[in-house]
Amino acid sequence: MTALFTDVFLSALLFGAITAAVPLLLAGIGEQMSEKAGVLNIGIEGMMIAGAYVGFLGAYSSESLWLGFLTGGLAGCAVALIMVLLCVRLGLNQIVIGIGLTLGLEGLTALAHHFQFSRTYPRLPAADITIIPGLSDIPVIGPALFKHHLIVYLAVVLVIVMSFIYRRTQLGLNLQAAGDKPAALDVAGVDVIRTRTFAVLTTGALAGIGGAYLANIGAGLFVPFITNGAGFLGIVLAMLARGRPVWVLAGAVLFGVCLSLTTAMQVAGINMPTDIINMLPFTAVMLMLVLFGRRASLPAALGLPYQRGAR
Amino acid sequence: MAETIVLEGVTKRFPGVVANDHVDLTIRSGEVHVLLGENGAGKSTLIDMLSGVQQPDGGRILIDGKEATISSPKLALALGIGTVFQHTMLVPTLTAGENLLLGAPWWQMPQKSELKARVAEISKNLGLAIDLNALAADLSLGEQQQVEILRALLRQSRVLILDESTSMLTPKGIEDLGALMRKLAKQGLAIVFITHKLKEAVAFGDRISVLKLGRKVGEITAEELKSRDEPTIIAEIVEMMFGRRSGDPEAGRREPRIQPAADPLLEVRGLSLPAASGHHGLKSISFDVRPGEILGLAGIDGNGQKQLAETLAGQRRAVAGSIRLNGAELISKNQAERRAMGLRYLTDDRLGEGTVGTLAVATNFFLKEIGREPLWLRGIEQRRAIASRAGALVKEYDVRTPSVHTPVGRLSGGNIQKLIIARELVDGARAIIFNKPTHGLDLSNTLATRERIREIAAAGLGVVLISTDLEELLALADRIAVMSGGAISGFVDNGEAAHSAIGRLMIGLAA
Amino acid sequence: MIIERISLALGPIVIALVLAGIILIVAGVNPVSYYAYVLQRGLFSWIGLQQTLTRMAPLLFIAASLIVAFRAGIWNLGTDGQFLLGAVTAAAAAPLLVTVIPVWLAVLLSMALATGVAMLWSLVPALLRAYQGVNEIITTLMMTFLGASFANVLVKLVFLDPATTVPQTRTLAVEDRLPRLFDTTVTSGLLLGLVAVIAVHLMMTRTALGLKLRVVGANPRAALHAGLDVPGLTILVFALSAGLAGLAGAVDILGVYGNVRADWNPAYGMAVIPVVFLARMNGFAAIAFVFLFSVLSIGGESAARRLGVPQDFTLVFVAITLIVLALAEYIAQHRAAAREVRTT
Repeated sequence: MTALFTDVFLSALLFGAITAAVPLLLAGIGEQMSEKAGVLNIGIEGMMIAGAYVGFLGAYSSESLWLGFLTGGLAGCAVALIMVLLCVRLGLNQIVIGIGLTLGLEGLTALAHHFQFSRTYPRLPAADITIIPGLSDIPVIGPALFKHHLIVYLAVVLVIVMSFIYRRTQLGLNLQAAGDKPAALDVAGVDVIRTRTFAVLTTGALAGIGGAYLANIGAGLFVPFITNGAGFLGIVLAMLARGRPVWVLAGAVLFGVCLSLTTAMQVAGINMPTDIINMLPFTAVMLMLVLFGRRASLPAALGLPYQRGAR
Repeated sequence: MAETIVLEGVTKRFPGVVANDHVDLTIRSGEVHVLLGENGAGKSTLIDMLSGVQQPDGGRILIDGKEATISSPKLALALGIGTVFQHTMLVPTLTAGENLLLGAPWWQMPQKSELKARVAEISKNLGLAIDLNALAADLSLGEQQQVEILRALLRQSRVLILDESTSMLTPKGIEDLGALMRKLAKQGLAIVFITHKLKEAVAFGDRISVLKLGRKVGEITAEELKSRDEPTIIAEIVEMMFGRRSGDPEAGRREPRIQPAADPLLEVRGLSLPAASGHHGLKSISFDVRPGEILGLAGIDGNGQKQLAETLAGQRRAVAGSIRLNGAELISKNQAERRAMGLRYLTDDRLGEGTVGTLAVATNFFLKEIGREPLWLRGIEQRRAIASRAGALVKEYDVRTPSVHTPVGRLSGGNIQKLIIARELVDGARAIIFNKPTHGLDLSNTLATRERIREIAAAGLGVVLISTDLEELLALADRIAVMSGGAISGFVDNGEAAHSAIGRLMIGLAA
Repeated sequence: MIIERISLALGPIVIALVLAGIILIVAGVNPVSYYAYVLQRGLFSWIGLQQTLTRMAPLLFIAASLIVAFRAGIWNLGTDGQFLLGAVTAAAAAPLLVTVIPVWLAVLLSMALATGVAMLWSLVPALLRAYQGVNEIITTLMMTFLGASFANVLVKLVFLDPATTVPQTRTLAVEDRLPRLFDTTVTSGLLLGLVAVIAVHLMMTRTALGLKLRVVGANPRAALHAGLDVPGLTILVFALSAGLAGLAGAVDILGVYGNVRADWNPAYGMAVIPVVFLARMNGFAAIAFVFLFSVLSIGGESAARRLGVPQDFTLVFVAITLIVLALAEYIAQHRAAAREVRTT
């Protein structure tokens, strides 16, 4: 057992954890913005899978991961646009439409993949890595945390940017008002529909990039249903983090470690069902909810469409 | 004085109702223009159209002589129209300062120091004091209103609209607001002040327009206001509003008919509820209601009236005290048992908790009786019995509905109120708690409801009448208890001196 | 009025058939022959029809589970976890019980156990929702992820059949399973499922309990005001909904599969949610839509083998129908509102 926890093993474990955490982080940060603005975006799983497939296509055909992220983000945005039209503009039920989008895109991407690649699963070359000089030489942590694709660092920077937006900008005030009391935002002269549109489109873009990361860097290929609930995990993270991006990061890393642990143990040939480890993060979160449940407050207008002057 | 806004023939329709019917109105700078009318007269709709929340279906709005379409609140603000809505429009989770900052371009950093300086300047001139760092949810209603006035002034509004701004204020708060309005008008603003209280209208207004059922039925000019005394003007307004000269319906006072001989019907002793977020709790409430008596409960909204009503009805659990009805102790009984014994509670929130909008009228009649025989037999709904019983109630209480199967949400407020009254009066009611029974009703329904309450008392039942409308209490109640901070601060027998005594009690002075 | 209603239900399906057909055309498949093949395999062939009817059994239970929850305003998105735990419980209990008690009793007891376990699985979300107001969407979603993993742990570690090399539970002998209907291969679970949906529908529309649950769902504050025990009713809703989902799992195992393999997760719950929305939570409409969905699933699975169109097409079709229906309802409502304004 002790031999197992070598530096190399630990380093690989952490590296895997980061790789697994990034899509969850992007989805969670994205979902957080929608929820802050009062839109419960259940369709995020669909936005992720769209991003994963289109992002994969982009990267595969252009041989550029960056074009993959761009196309993935745009695909997520496109799905988000449907959500915007139906739920934000027309005020249709967000849960109904969200589940419809998720199922529809899971099916659509599976179909598209089948017709394009039949039963082959072409792989992308390994991602080019940005090594952060100095820090990457730290034993164990260095290779695990500071030898990733540039997008990983950008995702962490995004957490800081989001915190800054929420705390220090007019946009942050607008988003919070749109979720807590949209009518007040409206009479202050800010368009609620536009604010929520912005939030949902941002969610779509981030979820799409997260999906593209999952396929292009996490797996290196696309298989149908590859997101496997990552978007739903994003919803869980966003709801638990209650508007604080840093908590989404913490939660994403927690889930990432557990996901990585399961792979690592398989590699190490430990004869224990990985399912036990899969259960850990959920058990931890449920336990936290049981202990601190009362404080899980959500925006007052979450899930409610806004219509000016409705009485 | 310049004509800032002119409304010509403005009309607005909603499903089933014409809210504004060809209304003409002129708003001038330097003048406080009062819009007076009962609830449902169309005042708020008119304001919604001026502030860009609703669009008129007909007529036109001129601003500085040019026709304008106020298509959004943002445009209204840009045109210099600032509105303080009846229900506060602040984001409770943001601070007062952040609320004032809402509306600046989204890419900017909030200009907090600039805001602070400007607020300080405006506040000094007007004598306001607002803590910009306090959460909006923690401010009193009066303070929230001041923040909203500040917001309008910060946007350099030329027109300030105040919608029913005094309904939540203490008598002192109302005076302060009046003084503030006068100051602002002197600085050249056009003020539109909406109220349904005659005395405020006369006291603060330079010009009074009277609305009734969506129409403008009269206007009293500045010259007329100056040249006549208060009683004359009030008589004139009353005639416009009610079409008769004799007597103000609000002043229809009831002679106290206390029956000292009778045993109390409802005895409440030391009723207590711990304070929680959002309310003060109840501090050892005690009172008696005799058969045939109407006990008024006065007080500014949010001083524990609703908590008291809910505790009496069993919707909240008291931590101490006793409630006796006809000598029987109710404190350990649940809601259904208290109801069966004759204690009934008529909520003030007809749509929010009194009814389920999507369910049928018939179902809503029996919302508090679900599962009871004979309408349910062994848990099975007896549809025919329910429909016929509901049909009888619809007739008896004059509920105007297409059918008993119509979803209750489609009915007007007045008809929903009749439904709820029917629900609470049937089958052995003995003591009834009315919580703001005429709130939001139009004039005829208000008068009908008040008449119904008088009848109920005349039939020997006990009535507790909670109202924030002092005139209503003076018109109906035998005695009036004043609530403040979750406690009863005093009792006043209805009579000549009652008005001022209640006013003093409401702000914490001795009667 | 009735024509309007039927067109509101069938119109979106027709539109969705056209939209989904366009997708097929883009993919180079002739939509007419695809649809014809799906109907032929799922509905008009005797073998296919029997498979369709058998598939309906668990789906009907899930539909009943969702109708209870959604009508009572509880978004139970965790039926998949509850289903799997019910399935594993039944698979663990039945082969053991048949060795000691009569078969019919063993089957009944297994069903009861499955129901109970699934109910217990929903207890934490139920308590959190009832007493702390914690949003049940996240808790039930998490419990479904947790439940899928836990079901695997149980299969692999606790109830593993030592006699096989693939990780799975002991297998219930075919003759001990729920009887087939008459001379067909259709499971009698179908009848149980129909009874469940109709019973739930009648309970929600005709009984005092159902009305109480609807009041809680439509307006919880009105429920409190009317003196209803809102936390108690909330927990009851979770128990009923989860119990029916667990029963769905038991019926699928006891009627069709006989055991649970590791990593088996048919994800019926996620598929039935839109079906229940389409039926607007009406039990009878739900039966019709579950039937339609089963035809598409069975036919689609067949078409996947023959025509090379993955069965995921069914998902796309259901999703398009759902979205078109939501839009159609929106348009109908707005028309009605506009009419009302004009008449005043």
